[in-house]
Amino acid sequence: MDILINGIGLVLNIETLLVIFLASLFGIFVGAVPGLTATMAVALLVPLTFYMDTIPAIAAIVTTSAMAIFAGDIPGTYLNIPGTPASAAYVGESYALAKKGRAREALGINLVCSVFGGIFGTIILIVVAQSLAEVALQFSAFEYFWLAVLGLSCSIFISVGSRIKAFLSLLFGVLLSTVGLDMMSGAPRFTFGVPDLMAGINFIPVMIGMFALNELISYYGSRSEKKNIGIDDSDSVFRQVPNHLKRYWRNMVRGSSIGTLIGALPGAGADIAAWISYGVGKGRSKEKEKYGTGNVEGIVDASSANNSGISGAWVPALVFGIPGDSITAIVIGVLYMKGMNPGPTIFMDSTGMIYALFLVFIVANLMMLPVGYAAIRLSKLFILTPSRILMPAILCFCIVGAFAINNSVVDIWLMLIVGLVAYLLAVNDFPMAPAILGLVLGKVVENNFMSAMLRTGGDLTSFFARPISAGLGVAVILLWCSPLLLRAYRRYRANRAAIAP
Amino acid sequence: MKKLTIGRKALCSSVVLTALLATTAQADYPERPLTLIVPWAAGGGTDATARTIARALEEELGQNVNVVNRTGGSGVVGHTAMINAAPDGYTLGLATVEVNTMHWLGLTNLTHEDFTPIGQINYDPPGIQVAADAPYEDLGDLLEAIRSAPQGGFTTSGTGQGGIWHLAFTGFLLDQDIPVDQIVWIPSEGSAPAMTELASGGIEAVSTSVPEARSMIEAGRVKSLAVMAPERLAAFPDIPTTRELVDSTYQVGAWRGIVGPQGMDEEVVATLEAALEAAYQSDTYQDFMSQRGFGTEWRDAEAFGQMMQEMDGVLGEIVEQVGLAN
Repeated sequence: MDILINGIGLVLNIETLLVIFLASLFGIFVGAVPGLTATMAVALLVPLTFYMDTIPAIAAIVTTSAMAIFAGDIPGTYLNIPGTPASAAYVGESYALAKKGRAREALGINLVCSVFGGIFGTIILIVVAQSLAEVALQFSAFEYFWLAVLGLSCSIFISVGSRIKAFLSLLFGVLLSTVGLDMMSGAPRFTFGVPDLMAGINFIPVMIGMFALNELISYYGSRSEKKNIGIDDSDSVFRQVPNHLKRYWRNMVRGSSIGTLIGALPGAGADIAAWISYGVGKGRSKEKEKYGTGNVEGIVDASSANNSGISGAWVPALVFGIPGDSITAIVIGVLYMKGMNPGPTIFMDSTGMIYALFLVFIVANLMMLPVGYAAIRLSKLFILTPSRILMPAILCFCIVGAFAINNSVVDIWLMLIVGLVAYLLAVNDFPMAPAILGLVLGKVVENNFMSAMLRTGGDLTSFFARPISAGLGVAVILLWCSPLLLRAYRRYRANRAAIAP
Repeated sequence: MKKLTIGRKALCSSVVLTALLATTAQADYPERPLTLIVPWAAGGGTDATARTIARALEEELGQNVNVVNRTGGSGVVGHTAMINAAPDGYTLGLATVEVNTMHWLGLTNLTHEDFTPIGQINYDPPGIQVAADAPYEDLGDLLEAIRSAPQGGFTTSGTGQGGIWHLAFTGFLLDQDIPVDQIVWIPSEGSAPAMTELASGGIEAVSTSVPEARSMIEAGRVKSLAVMAPERLAAFPDIPTTRELVDSTYQVGAWRGIVGPQGMDEEVVATLEAALEAAYQSDTYQDFMSQRGFGTEWRDAEAFGQMMQEMDGVLGEIVEQVGLAN
């Protein structure tokens, strides 16, 4: 009991609370600026944490990352440009809602789902961290291979419009993912002697190009250069939330569960969690046709998932010192530096540190409500600012963002070229989402496939030899066959109806 | 409208250029902030080491030392950026052991001779880790299992193809007269995924530095059978050395040191060398390294250069034996 009180004392003091507040403002800013990501925000914080005590240092990281993931929805809703990669999955939905004059409603539900997802993930972290980490540790190359294939398949099934075009877009992404040093052979591919390309194509500049630059080009490309963004946001932030929650609370719980689990898997983070949750949501929805036209349901699923993924990523980080995503990779370094070594022993210490850490998660997520609300109200700025000022400012952030991720000028060029290609694709109704997922997951599929083949001497049946792997494999194959099976079933029903008198 | 756009463009380019900008004044060195290039990602062990030594250097030099990550290409990108910097002492780099391997693997033309060595600040010997429930009680059991496995039937991992732990481990097998094709090296993106694979039963042994395996060792999932060092590590006194176990003097591990581009002013190098040694001795650096369990080893500019020279030959030999030479 004393330990618990100690822990509470470590959090509820002026220093920690002030840090949480300031970090939330920082997180909102970074998240809302297209091109700056939550990971980058946390990396920028690291030198500052040198000068802080353990708990404020962790509080700063937790708050910043949670807040940035939510704030990514703000430019997504108003400008159709996701602020962070984790918002990319459902940016189409919230933008469509905004165009209908329901921008604040969309952000309100986003905010509530984010808070719920974050707290849900934290509770999982508190209650079952150790057993969940055990599950995550069962994942080997075979399981990761199937999981990545599942993600790629989802990207086609969730896309709106032609599946062939979605598939081609996916292949474009996969092609980009093959650039750089091949991990298996160590040989450079498609690098044309440019050392910067050896690192492969970084997905941040590609994402900025695909979403932000693409949007800018179509803005300037349209003859009638609009003075302001044609969005009205006089609706209320929270009025519709109770209704939506009543209807979609199952989606919220499901999205949060998927998010926590995927977040807990080493190497898969909030962005992939959002995609998969959105895909699962669409697959199980009764109103599939509404997807892509501004459907709250899709937002609920994905927005809960990305924030719970942030918390879920801490599970393997705390239990085994293995990062669940790129943010916790940085966190582990900070934990060691502060003498709070990750491992099972972290749950047994007697200074209340671990309780303080859990409490920090809760406080940080709750802080999201007021600060997020204020940010939503402030985002009127996007509408009040004349487009001729706003658009160049966004371009500037795009360039800075593309450069900052790796301090490389090559990335700026990459962003510009991809933006142009993306514009051409978008004009011809190719969806962007599969290309992004192809780039992110292409390497995961390839490396895990090669790694599995190397160790089993090329035995393909090994993908079905382990229980979890076999389960995932069957799920993927069923998903692939589902359109065929569905069609066969419909034909069978139609035949029976025709035969029956 | 047009003017505005140009103004913004200029602003953006100036942001971009700041990182590349360098002047040549040497009089009261250092009279402006320094940049320290790190060839690995923010958040990793090399990055943390760089940020700590940068902080200690700041106190010695009285100037800010900004850490810039230039990641990718197995270190090629960052190390290339270091040698291409102006040799004015304002852009330095934290070079890692890949300097001695990349050119043998045919990834780049740059070698240790393209750098001005300033000082070595760290050395981590490789450890040999297996799952805690593995049937090997000690190093002897493991080596026996590798010897008696069918050719290419023993799976190991720890880093990418041709990465330092790959070469260090195969070098050790050669030292023990075990043919290198007894094992198959499963490349991984760094030590963390390899440790996960080890715990999930996907592979049989992992070679990484011991601190990289620390959390899994403490979690009781993994055990370290040996460390390839002349004496036991202060942070891990329970792990026996290969010298004790099989009387091997073979030693190849991961070093880190501060370097500059070729053609630096001798006085500047001397100033930096002295400041770096003081930074190395500082509590800031020593406390951090012992907390993380990282090994500390100091070599001044001359000795550091010699070490790189020797290591280059040894690693070139191993790369040749493994059949990765290009």
